[in-house]
Amino acid sequence: MVSPKIFGNVLSGRCKRNQQTHFRQIRADIALNIRNPDDYVRETKLDIQRVPRNYDPSLHPFEVPREYTRALNATKLERVFAKPFLASLDGHRDGVNCMAKHPKSLSTMLSGSCDGELKVWNLTKRECVRTLQAHEGFVRGMVVRFCGTSFFTVGDDKTIKQWKMETPGYGEEEEPLNTILGKSVFTSIDHHQKEGVFVTCGQQVDIWDEQRSSPIRSFSWGVDSFSCVRFNPVETELLASCASDRSIVLYDMREATPLKKVIMSMRSNTLCWNPMEAYHFTCSNEDYNLYTYDMRYLDKPFTVHMDHVSAVLDVDYSPTGKEFVSASFDKTIRIFPKDSGHSREVYHTKRMQHVISIKWSSDNKYILSASDEMNIRLWKANAAEKLGLLAPREKAAVNYSQKLKEKFQHHPQIRRISHHRHLPKSIYSQTKELRVMKEARRRKERNVRKHSKPGSMPVVTEKEKHVVTVVK
Amino acid sequence: MGETHQIQPPTRYWERTEEDGKNDGKKQKEGDNNEQTPQQNNTRTKKGGKRGGKRGGAGKKVISGKSDPFPGSAPVPEEKLKKFRRGVKGELPPRPQYKLRDVVIRSEAASDLAQKQNARYDLMLPEDAGFLEGDEDEDTCTISQDDIVDAVDITAGAKYFNLTLSQFGPYRLDYSKTGRHLLLGGRRGHVTCLDWQSKQLMCEMNVMETVNDVKWLHSEALFAVAQKKWLYIYDNKGIELHCIRKFNDVLRMQFLPYHFLLATASATGFLQYLDVSVGKEVVAICTKAGRLDVMAHNPHNAIIHLGHSNGTVTLWTPNQREPLVKMLCHQGGVRSVAVDKTGTYMVTSGMDKKLKVYDIRAYRPLQSYFLPAGASCLSLSQRGLLSAATGDIVQVYRDVWGIPVTKPYMAHRAKGSVWGVHFCPFEDVLGVGHGEGFTSMVVPGAGEPNFDGLDANPYRSAKQRQEWEVKALLEKIQPELIGLDPSQLSQVDHSTWEQRHEDRVQVLGFDPLAKEKFTPRLKTKGRSSSGKVEKRKKQVAHEDQRDVIRQTVEDRMKIDKERKEKEKKKAAAAGQKSALDRFRK
Repeated sequence: MVSPKIFGNVLSGRCKRNQQTHFRQIRADIALNIRNPDDYVRETKLDIQRVPRNYDPSLHPFEVPREYTRALNATKLERVFAKPFLASLDGHRDGVNCMAKHPKSLSTMLSGSCDGELKVWNLTKRECVRTLQAHEGFVRGMVVRFCGTSFFTVGDDKTIKQWKMETPGYGEEEEPLNTILGKSVFTSIDHHQKEGVFVTCGQQVDIWDEQRSSPIRSFSWGVDSFSCVRFNPVETELLASCASDRSIVLYDMREATPLKKVIMSMRSNTLCWNPMEAYHFTCSNEDYNLYTYDMRYLDKPFTVHMDHVSAVLDVDYSPTGKEFVSASFDKTIRIFPKDSGHSREVYHTKRMQHVISIKWSSDNKYILSASDEMNIRLWKANAAEKLGLLAPREKAAVNYSQKLKEKFQHHPQIRRISHHRHLPKSIYSQTKELRVMKEARRRKERNVRKHSKPGSMPVVTEKEKHVVTVVK
Repeated sequence: MGETHQIQPPTRYWERTEEDGKNDGKKQKEGDNNEQTPQQNNTRTKKGGKRGGKRGGAGKKVISGKSDPFPGSAPVPEEKLKKFRRGVKGELPPRPQYKLRDVVIRSEAASDLAQKQNARYDLMLPEDAGFLEGDEDEDTCTISQDDIVDAVDITAGAKYFNLTLSQFGPYRLDYSKTGRHLLLGGRRGHVTCLDWQSKQLMCEMNVMETVNDVKWLHSEALFAVAQKKWLYIYDNKGIELHCIRKFNDVLRMQFLPYHFLLATASATGFLQYLDVSVGKEVVAICTKAGRLDVMAHNPHNAIIHLGHSNGTVTLWTPNQREPLVKMLCHQGGVRSVAVDKTGTYMVTSGMDKKLKVYDIRAYRPLQSYFLPAGASCLSLSQRGLLSAATGDIVQVYRDVWGIPVTKPYMAHRAKGSVWGVHFCPFEDVLGVGHGEGFTSMVVPGAGEPNFDGLDANPYRSAKQRQEWEVKALLEKIQPELIGLDPSQLSQVDHSTWEQRHEDRVQVLGFDPLAKEKFTPRLKTKGRSSSGKVEKRKKQVAHEDQRDVIRQTVEDRMKIDKERKEKEKKKAAAAGQKSALDRFRK
């Protein structure tokens, strides 16, 4: 190994010269920059190439236009690689009505169909590992116990059944661990995060101890039926339910009476708590919108999420709590950032019918949708994401282009490309129609306001419009 | 001990006074007896630590009782930080916009960190720039090339060489972007390209035509030659790839490497842009300024500077058919123009034998020099040296835009009259093309000593070149983005309300704010006669105007009322008699 000092970066010397005419000696210090090529090329072919850097901005002109070009290319590539559909899990013989995530195993997922059949799926192999006839009639709801060893189902046959997660051995029969016969049909079930307590809803909201066959507590607030009930994932004693009288009711499990409820202009189908900011929940409504509420201030939703063109049937949060996915009767799935009024992504296929149930996987990478036409579909949560292990350089490149896209997202060209989505014709035309209707309504309101006494027609914001009252 | 704690601990060990040092010794001794003191010290430094980040541990004690003489990370010199500063820090958005505020704060912290890291990296760059310094009362310009070659070692000395090509001269020349390759074009048709450092000839030919100018394209694989009639593109083996008949009578060429544009100026007064990545003419601009034989490009913003025979310099982009700027620089024609790397200074020389330096951000003359013979060719190096060719003498000046220079930095007499000068990038070399061939001069301190391996790497392998070429093509900047300020794309576009409204109308396909035309309802029984309809129309004709008028009238009345009240108060105040009023006449 030759020391670089010997060749030297700077070679200097003294220069002496006699000028014959003046006999004057001239002296000067000279240094030239001479690079030793050995410092800049690789020693052997087995090495990687050396890349010396100099970050001086004047050596890198046009950094903004170049970054813009990179961002534009990255945006285009993102649209090129946006292929979100991964797989379809078929096997059910009727529409799939509900799904449940396994809390301990990423690859396991349960689904229940309208003919009472229940299937356990292995998502990595994309195959059904177990099938059982759980109920007569619909499987209305199911939930896996927090430990992952058993799961509960409710059905149209007025029963709650607890099943073992393990597949029964050869010769054993598929039998529930427990069966509770209720008085009325149950529509939804959820399990407590830590204790052996679960909640069902139907004509009233019942809280059950796993060890008992009658509910330990029942709530009803002048309502005849509930469609969905969910435990808060952080404040584990809190519950929320959607009722058919267009209300969302909040409960504390430790109290005898419900906490409060908000009545909206139309019925909410399901709701989901934000797993990170657990005072927020989002409900899917019949009026094509989703509403995110802060449970402390129910008089006005935090955000109104619009884009669907038909009733929204189900909603589920991503485990990061930053986004949620919604399933709608309009045969599409949309992904919304939690604080944005419009969706960032819409998924649809020609064959997918009304989407009834939706789940966001616990690793934040996949979305599962169950629809009317007996299929469960597996989607990527990020449509253009490359799956599998990424090399470090690949990861760095992805992060870099992500940041660039973020930086230039408001430039018209980039925004146009990144926002463009192909929609089925029916949805496209319906969106247009809805826009016209909305505009007409707004115009009419404006005109009425113009011709009425000043102050008699107050301006009602979009958020306030959908809340009727809050009852405590 | 209490007293010593109140004194701020010094940041550097050489800053502390002798007393401190003595106390330190005491502390060590007492440290065993009194365990409380270090704890107190720690709590105090923690408070300071939050504000100063890592540099808080100034007085932090280790178990042995010694304190770190170099606490925290080393400071970065302010000058270095300034070099990497991008833009100016704006004001933070007001507190109610807390989300935006948060985003701005975080992104500014990130850019500060990047700036600091860049500055730190800059301190560690391996190479230093060359220099030539005379002793007192002695001129560096009297030192000849031979003396320099004698003084420096043999590899450095090899950079001074002459090519005697007396047959087909005078020669124009161009260095490739990495500085490895040299392209020579003789007026009488001799074109040659070579790797000048290893002196390997890549190709040599005679195109049997007049050669006006030669230019490397984006890499050393392609070059353009402006011949008598058409523009030709050759590869580095000398094979003619294209003859571009759209470009005729080209006299001068400039290549914009990040845009992949070849800009040509022709004898017929046309400025044409050729996109070499797709082979299409981008635009042809008729400058209406006669023969264009003076051309330069601003490496900072890719704007073309043309010098004209009436003494003006005009600035052009492919996006506009008129010049962006027209500057009167000389009395008499402009002979040569050069623009520096940062796009700050422009140097021009004219027939009036003057050499002028302009600040082209403010379009302001900075310096004006008189050269007895006038300069025919100008070239600026990466580190800001200016070479000016006057007849057969090449003079190099240092720092022409600072204090007025009286003497050249270096001078050299070429064998014939000089036809082209060009500094070699990343090398201390000035190439001079003249009537008798080519001279490679050694000019210490001309080139940037540290190159960037991802941008222009003189030592790159064929594979690396291919990689770079693909990447460069992918991020080719579109010609529409050329403008005076290249960073404009990153600035907030405060578009006017009208503009935004126009965009909205275009997106929606209709004007949401347009007044709807009143169409009277059709009524039966003769009530929709044209007269009646007109009458009904008249009823609603000026509804909007009426609103506006009503509003303005109300406002005016309000203002009047306020004014009257104010006058009343004033009058009341004036009505009160003060004790001093008795002295009033």
